[in-house]
Amino acid sequence: MITTATRTFVRPVAARFAVRRFAAPAGSASLHTLPDLPYAYNALEPHIAEDIMKLHHQKHHQAYVTGLNAAEESYSKTSSPKDRIKLQAALKFNGGGHINHSLFWKNLAPANAGGGKLESGPLKSAIEADFGSVDAFIKKINSTTAAVQGSGWGWLGYNPDTKKLEVVTTPNQDPLLSHTPIIGIDIWEHAFYLQYKNVKADYLNAIWNVINWKEAESRFLEASKQ
Amino acid sequence: MAAAATGQHKLPDLPYPYDALEPFISRQIMELHHKKHHQTYVNALNAAEVAYAKASTPKERIALQQALKFNGGGHINHSLFWVNLAPAASEGKGSGGALKDGPLKSAIIETFGSFDSFKKEFNTTTAGIQGSGWGWLGVNPQTKRLEITTTANQDPLLTHAPVIGVDVWEHAFYLQYLNVKADYLNAIWNVINFDEAEKRYLEAVGK
Repeated sequence: MITTATRTFVRPVAARFAVRRFAAPAGSASLHTLPDLPYAYNALEPHIAEDIMKLHHQKHHQAYVTGLNAAEESYSKTSSPKDRIKLQAALKFNGGGHINHSLFWKNLAPANAGGGKLESGPLKSAIEADFGSVDAFIKKINSTTAAVQGSGWGWLGYNPDTKKLEVVTTPNQDPLLSHTPIIGIDIWEHAFYLQYKNVKADYLNAIWNVINWKEAESRFLEASKQ
Repeated sequence: MAAAATGQHKLPDLPYPYDALEPFISRQIMELHHKKHHQTYVNALNAAEVAYAKASTPKERIALQQALKFNGGGHINHSLFWVNLAPAASEGKGSGGALKDGPLKSAIIETFGSFDSFKKEFNTTTAGIQGSGWGWLGVNPQTKRLEITTTANQDPLLTHAPVIGVDVWEHAFYLQYLNVKADYLNAIWNVINFDEAEKRYLEAVGK
């Protein structure tokens, strides 16, 4: 909850890559910033085109950051429950957009940085245990994600209650709350349309060449030790 | 859209060639939008209707509701959309974008103050959709007044009689306008078929 007596702007520079640390210290309104991509705009070619990466990062994600900052500022200026409830949609949409895209850039990687390569290890074993095989998992996440009716995200998530990996989706920019995100796939049309047009299935096949499995495993290890 | 026998819906032809709405909506978008996106809703609606006819329990039928709503709504919405667009009068190609004096124009001015105020409110509301959906000018069936409203995803407009619908799914504009939704929403008013809109308006208010 953001309450302000005086407002100080704390720029969470160290938090730019630590996507969990979005919370502002109590008593301040902090400006969220667009995280840099961990690779060049053309680094995911030919699987995700440079022009998509540029628009997606510099325009779409930036708009969520800008919108989130504006919504948080409005929220900090009011103490009325009704006004705050009115702001929830803007906070959820833009906050979710910022969270989801920040996770997304990090769970992609160029081939020369391990993109697309799932080594033997705890994540691979867990996928095989919970889905039968990596291929079966990919088939499931792709068909589930393709079936999102509108805009949204497909996720491999870790269910903290059952301790299992599950495929889930979220609509629009809703963040994944029911599971710990391991891999997220943006299925808003802006994520693929310039390159793949209406052929969503081709995008969903191609993206597995640039999934950052090392990041995914790191998230899995952190989630599964709790 | 006439009721069809189960699973017999067809993609309606466009009332104009694919390039007719240039330069406001590109030929490339119109082709994909009609031949791929709308066709997919038609195919999936037919499949869902066939499955529904075979279903024998309430639970099975309820399980099919989502497919019927999404694809049925997609078919309804896009069928309305093609007909409420027309080649631009400003390009000398047709009557698109030309709102003549008459009951619809009067109702817009009476309700919103001016056509420009209406357009501004419509575009702001439609651009504000958080995800995929449609912006609508509709007639409130109780008050018979014009109102601006939106529907999410492919939900059909049920609360109002549709007068004008604008698709803001990204596939409707992205290839031409990229992320600049506002430019698409400004441009589309050049190709809105106000003759069709007025016909719908008159039917909705019972004249």
